[in-house]
Amino acid sequence: MKRSTLILLKTGTWVACLWEFALLVYRAVMNTLGPDPVAKMALTTGYTTLVLLIVSLGITPVRKLVPKLNWLIKFRRLLGLFAFFYATVHLLTYVALYAGFDVNTMITDITKRRFIMSGMAAFLLLLPLAATSTTWAIRKLGGKNWNRLHKLAYVAAVCGIVHYWWQVKPGVLSPLRMTVVLGLLLLARPVLAVVQRRKVRAA
Amino acid sequence: MLIGKPSEIPSSAITPKDQYLNRRRFLRGAAAAGVAALGAERVSRLISPGMDALAGARLQTVKSGLTTTGEDLTSMNDVTHYNNYYEFGVEKTEPAEHAGVLPTRPWTIRVDGKVAKPRTFDIEDLLKLRPLEDRVYRHRCVEAWSMVIPWVGYSLWEFIKLCEPLSTAKYVQFLSYYDAKVELWASRSNIRWPYSEGLRMDEALNPLTLLTFGLYGEVLPNQNGAPVRIVVPWKYGFKSAKSIVAVHFLDHQPPTTWNDMSPGEYGFYSNVNPGVDHPRWSQKAERRIGEPFYKAGRGTLIYNGYGSAVASMYDGMNLKKYF
Repeated sequence: MKRSTLILLKTGTWVACLWEFALLVYRAVMNTLGPDPVAKMALTTGYTTLVLLIVSLGITPVRKLVPKLNWLIKFRRLLGLFAFFYATVHLLTYVALYAGFDVNTMITDITKRRFIMSGMAAFLLLLPLAATSTTWAIRKLGGKNWNRLHKLAYVAAVCGIVHYWWQVKPGVLSPLRMTVVLGLLLLARPVLAVVQRRKVRAA
Repeated sequence: MLIGKPSEIPSSAITPKDQYLNRRRFLRGAAAAGVAALGAERVSRLISPGMDALAGARLQTVKSGLTTTGEDLTSMNDVTHYNNYYEFGVEKTEPAEHAGVLPTRPWTIRVDGKVAKPRTFDIEDLLKLRPLEDRVYRHRCVEAWSMVIPWVGYSLWEFIKLCEPLSTAKYVQFLSYYDAKVELWASRSNIRWPYSEGLRMDEALNPLTLLTFGLYGEVLPNQNGAPVRIVVPWKYGFKSAKSIVAVHFLDHQPPTTWNDMSPGEYGFYSNVNPGVDHPRWSQKAERRIGEPFYKAGRGTLIYNGYGSAVASMYDGMNLKKYF
């Protein structure tokens, strides 16, 4: 890929990833977030986190299926970090607007409510991944260890989806679509690994 | 397509009354019958908003002694575009988009069970039964948001009197309209329809319980539960059943939709109570709809602030157990 194309695509990715956040900030300033601005912020940031996380997890299977798209790897870190960014904003909306910075409220929520617990677990799992996202950290850890550690992204995504299911009312199936996609991604890894092994043996 | 030559025959002679009263059904019926037969002038009048007996039409109202004072009203736009009406979709914006297909005329309420004689009431008669009062109530959703809504209606007990319940009637069940062919969005959630709600007899007879036909002085928009619903202001919003088609008087507690779905989260009583948390979130505070994010939060009041009128009904009852 040409360097100019890469720069163009990266810029596009930045704009796409920042879009929802910019829109939220703009609407918050203009006071046009709708009837329930607090819920709007929480839901938008939470949903975007999951979308970005799932897209970033989709890159490896897509590369294996379509070797021509190998260059997609250049975008995975960016997408992962943006997922972490939205998760952080999501957490901040909870801390500031739901818990009102009240430590006791937060402790009660985290210990008593599984819906909050699962969300918090997802965030805590993303934390070491964001911290070790630099090239320096990859070198320091060694590719193998780094890869192993970053498998946690799958666990974080599962926690996030569970958090989503536990947030909606019973009977509401809104998280279903995302769950199916994540399920396919989780299946894709072992399936593709088996296929590849067979190919190697056949050769 | 809607432009045709004016015809000698009045359109009312072609289109049955109940069809031309309802815009959506009218349009569907007209397309089938052949639109060219209808006068252009008539059509433009029919498809303009604010038709007789439909959402948006003004209602004649009187003042009420039971109205809530000292609260800023939630804007009509928010009241009518931020709704939980899962038969029309689970997103808050969906009912306003989809509920237009709800056929609000003709409309009857079937009354049976522990009554002197089962009866069916027509909506037109119910509208004329008592003077319609303007009643502002706080509305607290179980999801921890709240509104202040100027409803239009009269106390439910006025209607119950007419139903002649027997002394064995201890509970009242309300069933909402359900037609899978009309409410296409209902099957997207895993909920058993029709929507069912219920009250203890004394709760149903409490003067605050409102048989509701309108809001903001106008006929109820479909997404708010047209053409007739109840409003029970000291309980979480889901207790206030919308678009009621049947009322059963019972000697036992009726099954109710959310209580059936998740008994640990949605009690039969579901009185607003900051002291009893929903398992998934605190009920101590609420977000007032329409307020900017930095000042939407406020404390939730026991019985939503209507304790002086309703608390005595629950004397001696363990509110944590019977939440």
